[in-house]
Formats: sequence, C-alpha cells, structure tokens
Amino acid sequence: MTLLIDKLFANATRFVAVAILLLVAWIFTVLFQHSTEAIAAFGFDFILQDKWAPNLEKFGGFAAIAGSVISTFLAMLFAVPVAIGVAIFLSEIAPAKLKSPVGVSIELLAAIPSVIYGMWGLFYFVPIIRDIFGGLGIGMLTAGIILAIMILPFMAAVTRDAMNTTPDILKESAYALGATKWDVIKDVVIPYAKAGIIGSLILALGRAVGETMAVTFVMGNVHKISLDITAPATSIPVTLANEFTEADTDLYFSSLFELALILMVMSFVIIALAKFYFLRRTRKVK
Amino acid sequence: MATVIDIPSEKAIEVNNFSFTYAGASSPNLKNISMPIAKNAVTALIGPSGCGKTTLLRSFNRMHDLYPGNRYDGKIVFEGRNIVESKEDLINLRIKIGMIFQKPTAFPMSIFDNIAYGMRLQGLKNKTELADRVEKALRDAAIWDEVKERLRHDANGLSGGQQQRLCIARAIAVEPDVLLFDEPTSALDPISTRGIEKLVMELRDRVTIIIVTHNMQQAARVSDYTGFMYLGELIELNKTDEMFVTPAEKLTQEYISGKFG
Amino acid sequence: MTAIEKRLLVNKIVLGLSSLSALIGIGFLFWILYVLVANGIDAINWNIFVFEGAPPGYEESGLRQALIGQLLLVGVATVVGVPLGILAGTYLSEYGQKSKLAEIIRDISDIMMSAPSIVIGSFVYAIIVLPMGHFSGWAGVVALAIIMIPIILRTTDDMLQLVPSTLREAAFALGAPKYKVIMQVVYRGAKAGVLTGVLLGIARVSGETAPLLFTSFNDNFLNYDLNEPMASLTVTMFNYATSPYEEWQKMGWAAAFILSMFILSLNILGRLILLKKKGR
Repeated sequence: MTLLIDKLFANATRFVAVAILLLVAWIFTVLFQHSTEAIAAFGFDFILQDKWAPNLEKFGGFAAIAGSVISTFLAMLFAVPVAIGVAIFLSEIAPAKLKSPVGVSIELLAAIPSVIYGMWGLFYFVPIIRDIFGGLGIGMLTAGIILAIMILPFMAAVTRDAMNTTPDILKESAYALGATKWDVIKDVVIPYAKAGIIGSLILALGRAVGETMAVTFVMGNVHKISLDITAPATSIPVTLANEFTEADTDLYFSSLFELALILMVMSFVIIALAKFYFLRRTRKVK
Repeated sequence: MATVIDIPSEKAIEVNNFSFTYAGASSPNLKNISMPIAKNAVTALIGPSGCGKTTLLRSFNRMHDLYPGNRYDGKIVFEGRNIVESKEDLINLRIKIGMIFQKPTAFPMSIFDNIAYGMRLQGLKNKTELADRVEKALRDAAIWDEVKERLRHDANGLSGGQQQRLCIARAIAVEPDVLLFDEPTSALDPISTRGIEKLVMELRDRVTIIIVTHNMQQAARVSDYTGFMYLGELIELNKTDEMFVTPAEKLTQEYISGKFG
Repeated sequence: MTAIEKRLLVNKIVLGLSSLSALIGIGFLFWILYVLVANGIDAINWNIFVFEGAPPGYEESGLRQALIGQLLLVGVATVVGVPLGILAGTYLSEYGQKSKLAEIIRDISDIMMSAPSIVIGSFVYAIIVLPMGHFSGWAGVVALAIIMIPIILRTTDDMLQLVPSTLREAAFALGAPKYKVIMQVVYRGAKAGVLTGVLLGIARVSGETAPLLFTSFNDNFLNYDLNEPMASLTVTMFNYATSPYEEWQKMGWAAAFILSMFILSLNILGRLILLKKKGR
C-alpha cells in the first residue's frame, strides 16, 4: 500500500512537471494553427507590409512589429543608463542607511502592476509631452518613456544584484592599489559582473517587448510608421489589446494570432538569450 | 605590562597608543597598541582568531575606511606623519603601502593588465616602460617564466598559487615602501605556500613587510620580529628567534606551546 | 594636473552623475507612487464597496462587482495553480534533480515567467473562449493560472532544494517512504519559503490586465458565475481610465489604489515571512 502511494505520488509530480512542457508546446501550436489562414493569405508580406485595413481584409503587421521594436529600443535607451546609475548607487555609493530602504522600495515598485504605470502616463505624462512637442501627446516617444519608467525598477534591481556578486576582497585589492571608487567600479565591478549585467538588461528587454498595459494607454494604436516619434503609433501588444475583441472576420482573427505568435517568438528568443547565454554562469555559481 | 622590545635599526612605522573601534562596537577592538615596525625587515603578527591582528594590519593602509562608522584613535606614524588622521591622502598612502589578501584576487582582466593596473592608475602610459616594469615585477615575484608566453590571457586561468604570486607582482610593480600580507597562504597548498614564503624573504631587503599569519611555523620561518596579539592587545613584540625560544610573557609562552588558540 | 588629481576629478564627476541618475529614477518612481496614493485616497469612499458599476452621473456607483470578480478570478486561479506548481516543483527538486528533463523544465519555466501575458490571453481565447462561444470567468482563471504556475514551480524548486539533504537522509534512515519524507520533512522545512513564493505568485497575477481583456472580459454587474464574463479590478480600471468621464476616471484611481495596496501588502508579507525564517 505504502509502495503504491509512493509510486502514485512520484508519478503525479512527474506528470504535472511534464505537462508544463506540453503546455508550452501547446501554446505555440495553437498560436500557429490560428495563424495559418493569415500566413496562407499574406505569406512574408505580413511581416513586410504596413497596410492594416480590416475593412479591406488587408493585414500587414509591419507597423506593429516595427512599433514593438522601436518603442522597446527607446525604452532601453532611456532606462539603461538610469538603471545602471541606480544600480551603481545602490551597490557602491549609497550609505548603509539608505541602501536597504531605497533598495527595497525599488523592488516593491517593480511589483506595482504595469496598468498603473500606463494610467499615470496617460493622465500625468501625456500632457507634458503635449506641451513640449504639441500634437496629441500620445505616440512612440511617450510609450517609450513610460515603458522605460515601468521596467526601471526591475532592471535596476537585477543589475544591482549582478553587481553585488563582486567579492568584497576583489574590490579591496583595487582600493589597496590606490584606486578611486569609480576606478573600482569600472575596472573591477563591471568587468567582473559583465555577463550578469548584460543578461539582466536583456531580461528586462524581453519583458519590455511583451509589455502591454504600460503602453496601450499612450500609444494610440495607429498602424502607420512615422518618422516623427511623437506621432501616434502601435505595437504588437497594443494592437492585440485594442483589436482582439473587435475582430469580426476569420482573417482578422488569424492576423492577430499571427502577431501574437511573432511576439511570443520574439520574447522567447530574447529571454532565452539572456538566460542561457549570459545568466547561466551566474546561476551555477550560486 | 606588555613586553615591546626596541628595534636597533631604522623604523618604517611607529604605532603609538593606537586604538580602533568597529562601527557599532561598544568598546575598542584594538586597545592602546604601541609598537615599532622595522624598516626593510619582516614583522609577523600572530595570535588566535579574533585577536585583532588583521584589524591592525588593515589600519596601516586605512582599509577600514571603505566601510562607514569605524574609528581610529591614537597614532600610526609613517614618513613622519600620523596616517590615521582624517586628512590623510588615502590614494597616495595606498600606493606606498601595498596589500596582499587572504585569497588570490586576480582582477577580471589579462595577466599583463593586472600587473599594469596600479602603474596605469598613477598615470603611466608609456608602453615600453609599462612592459619593462611588468616584466620586472613578474620576475621579482618569480612567476615570469610561467606566464611570459601568455601575458594577454585571462589572469583567472592561473592556478591559486600562481594567482597569489601575480597579486604580489601587482603590488610590487608600483614599488611600495611597505607590503601588508594578510594570511597570504591560507588558501594555498603546501608547495605554493613555500613559494610565497621564499618570495617574502627575498623581498625583505627592499620592502618593509608586515605579515599576519595563523601559522606559527610560518612566522618563525619568514620573520625577523614577531608580535603576539590577544583580545585586541599587543602582548609581546620580540625578535622572532627569541620569541619562539624564550618568550618574555607567560601568555605568549602558553600560546606558542599550543595551550590555547 | 597630475594623473591622480585627474582621476579624483573624474571619480567625483561620475559618482555625481550616477547619484543624479539614481535621484531622477527614484524621483519618477516616487512621483508615480504619490499620484497613486493622492488620487486613490481622494477617490475612495464607502460607495465603492457597496455599489456596482453604473453609468456616469449616478450617485450609487461602485466597484463591488470588480472587487468580488477580482477575488474570485485570483482565488480560483490560486486554487488551480498553486497545487500544480508545487507538485511540479517537487518533481524538479526531489525526483528530477539534475536530470536533463528537470533542467529543460526549469529553463522553459524561467522563460514562461517573463513571457508576454497578452499572448497567454490570446492562447486561452483560442482554447476556451472560441469553443464556448463567449467570454467567461473560467477563461480568465485559466489564463491567470498559466501565468502563476511557473512562478510557484520555480520558487518551490528553489526552496525545497534549500532543505539540507542530511534531513532527508535521516528520515530515509528511519525507513520512511519517499512521499512521506517529502510531505513530512521536506515540505515542513521549506514551508516559509514556499508560502512566500505563493504570496508573490498571487501578487503577480493580481496585477495582470492584458490576459483578462479577452478572456474574462468585463461586466458592470455583480456576478458569481464563472461561466459568464466577469469584472476584474484591472480591466475595470483600464476601461474607466480610458473613458472620457471624470467620475469613471476617479473610480479607476480608486481601483488602482486598492489593487496596489493589496499587491504591496502581499509582497511585504512575503518578505517578512522570509526574514522571520532567516532570523530564527
């Protein structure tokens, strides 16, 4: 009897664990199956064309794909220097009294739902952009900035964790040679934690690519590529959030699923790169 | 009550009524220590764990300043001034007083860059001079032959003993007057330990060396003078030959005969 | 200027810049926090908890349907997701260990933890909403559970691995079968850690909006039936905030405040549990 329960328990755990792998495979399969109609209708044009006209049954995802790439790029552009600054501040500069409270509040801010960042952006940041650049105030630039602010806490926290892996004794050795704090940071801490820092930044990038709610409020959902980054635009998550409940034809749905599939593949590849190429070593060491 | 002999030769450092308190400690962790450090000789600091020998060592290059709230009282006189005063220029002090740590601390860069690091910090840019001085430092640290073919390789590829000699080379490359060794062989195998000890004895002609060690035999092998510390106080400073044969203090006698520690 | 003076100057400048960027970043974050608290406290009143959604202009309008819907969705997702996550985590730590299969499952769940949640929403739309023909609370539950499982799985795995193997060996040496060792020794040793993981998992899915947009959808009226579309704080917040009516926007801030406080409390509670355990 005990033996039977023992076996049952072992198999139950294994079954559930393997089921998770199957679930992921299932997600990809379902997304792909529902994309087939759009793939058959548009082929590679889906990725290359930016004409998105539901009334004409014409769907090109280029504007959304490019919008995802550009908004994420802008977000990284704004967030990376600040996040590294915060991480350096927290791991090397801040006095002990500040380190822990500021560090913990940054971590807690990372837990605030992205929909709230989006809401803040809509009510408090859009007017500022409107005052500076004119126009509606919503668009690629606004989305990039809100996205940057949203990923900042996560990015700063993981970058700080990576920097904190540098052994004290290594830093002390540099100080013992007459190095300044900045010398130690640039010559010892950053080179030592390089893989971890890059991995953390890419991980944050992976999150930014798939982020929906922080940008949906402020992007505008206009399927047009504009050279003016203050003009309304769209991205894959924004398109999905706005149009999934409006789609009325099979081809429309299928096109949205194809966008979802592209987004899933993009974030899967980015996160896998961060995890397996850069963060593997740090994980093993722990 | 402590026995501190006078040193006939020239003194590199004089510790005078020096106390040290760690941040948050209610009473001093080092109490009223006075001792001379002989120039171009090896002074060993021994004593049981927690006796304060490493704390004292780290006061000579003000390593404690990296962490807030620590307090120095009294004097450590080096080059005629009290170096534990807050106005002391720590960068120049640390250039003159180098340090070797418990574990090898190769920086995440090439062997060459590791050795050149301290010189570059001082602004040395001339490539041939850098290369010459790197070679000299590596030769002095008796590791040149092992690494000359792979100066551009990552220093972390070296063995533990090699890395520790690399760290010594890095420290002597900037030509310090004093070298602090903090249990430099505690992470090494016996053969590497021998190599480091030999190096310490070779360096003593040009550099003042203070070495903290857990190992009494090591102190006896490499040092000219030995200080025995206990509970934050200096109990005895004596010639090494005499300390291990006829110690002046009863406590020293008990420690070196293995009654505690 | 000597090389050392130059270095000292560069040091000052760079450290100043770094502190400044930290100040800017932290300033932005606290600005958001301030806006959230100020608007939230301003908007919260008793009506919110007793009345359901109403068109703008009605006095008696509240968030009851969203509060209860949120609790139902997150609660049922927790009931579904936590046991599955713990079982799978148990497999990784106790059976799979360092095997290839276990490592692959770990890697894939790591990736799933950062996967775009809106894609999970479209997946659930395809497998539940389409066959059912309408939005439903169950679809929302499944979407949230899928997001939750990898989080629970990874923390369970990590926390069980922290239990010293000597403890397991001691229990085995007394002749206990493996499942009893796991249930009575390993789980007990890892209780605090796993609980923290569960709390953080709940906190994480509580803030999810994107996967609910086209699964549980929304409902202006109170509803306990998971077969029907169901309101949630997050989706309600999104709809109200993007509406042109000031009363609705205000209600959106109230929802945002309540939700954030809930999530922050869970996070703080989780930390305290871990701290307390470490303290012992």
